[in-house]
Amino acid sequence: MPTFVYMTRCDGCGHCVDICPSDIMHIDKTYRRAYNIEPNMCWECYSCVKACPQNAIDARGYADFAPLGHSVRVLREEEKGTISWKIKFRNGHEKNFESPIRTTQWGTIPSPAEFPEPSQEDYKSQELAHEPDVLNIDGGLPALAPDQLKKGVV
Amino acid sequence: MFTSNPFAELSASIAPSVMQSYIVVMILLVALGTIYDVLHKKSARYFRANMQKSRAEGTKVGGGEMLSIAIRTAVVDVAASGEFCNPRRRIAHLLTMYGFIAFALTTAIMVFRYPTPDVATPAILVQLWWLGAAMVCIGGYWFWFFIRADVAAEGSSPFRVMRADLFILSLLASATLALVWAYLQATGNAWATSAFWLHVLATTLLFGSVPWSKFAHMFFKPAAAFEKRISAANGTRSNLPAPANQPEKFGSVDHRPRNY
Repeated sequence: MPTFVYMTRCDGCGHCVDICPSDIMHIDKTYRRAYNIEPNMCWECYSCVKACPQNAIDARGYADFAPLGHSVRVLREEEKGTISWKIKFRNGHEKNFESPIRTTQWGTIPSPAEFPEPSQEDYKSQELAHEPDVLNIDGGLPALAPDQLKKGVV
Repeated sequence: MFTSNPFAELSASIAPSVMQSYIVVMILLVALGTIYDVLHKKSARYFRANMQKSRAEGTKVGGGEMLSIAIRTAVVDVAASGEFCNPRRRIAHLLTMYGFIAFALTTAIMVFRYPTPDVATPAILVQLWWLGAAMVCIGGYWFWFFIRADVAAEGSSPFRVMRADLFILSLLASATLALVWAYLQATGNAWATSAFWLHVLATTLLFGSVPWSKFAHMFFKPAAAFEKRISAANGTRSNLPAPANQPEKFGSVDHRPRNY
């Protein structure tokens, strides 16, 4: 179910634009409010729904199976670390869920710009950028020693 | 410069009654423009319908609680711009809002109460006028060049202008040109008259364009904030889920085992 924005609630802060992995949340050029420019391309990850501080983004079911009054509403409470979901089905049935916002502490994931630029040596490494530090693994990634491999591999 | 009333100096070339009439016309333009805006966009009807729906579906909110909500709306949402989640936007909005109030009020007081050099203007009033206009400029230009969503989030050029910018641009032009005019007039520069008439033009655009700009938000935003708080109090919460009641179990994840 792709997302849509209640224009009356949106204050145009741009959080959804920043977080959308599909780059389909944009700011309307006339009203300066966010909107989903291409619902067909929405991954339905709900990052924007969860990130919106004004609770202005909702999920809309496809018209062929979910018309008439269903809704998915989300309340994010940073101070509690919770995100609550209220799913209302079109027959009036309602379900409520409560879950953690994320599995790591706030502010513990640095942005890419906060990492030092990789050196030329780093490019030759088998490890991906900033591994193994970002994986919180001390002493490097675990690897099998040659004598642990099956006969004939080395 | 910061102690002399610029409008008193101006009274040598423009009669105080003309200045006073201009302010009255601007107030009328704002009132009529807001009424037209409310009727045309049906915002009052929307908020009323929303409120009635919320009242019908939710529990009854008592008079005392209603008063407490009204006070909280006035203090948190209106006076402290509490609805903004981005602290930079909030500070910029507070600077612009209080700057505009100080600038507009002191202008009206100086023009009506101290229109000529014969009546001494209190220095604090003039200083508040300068400070108010400067606050509008600081908050407004900060917002315009760095904070607004299409520049900060979309990467658009800060010089890209559209109709939604009518309010902020005319406000900035009015405050900036007022400062320029007052400075040029105090220093005896010949360009002061040109700057003044440009300031009048920008101010007329600001107050005359209410139906097409977002000027009226200062009237209906508090109503929207009040309605939002009422819906939270009566349990309807604009169809949002109830606040999490088991954060220790489902919320903070300090003690959860890592699953990788």
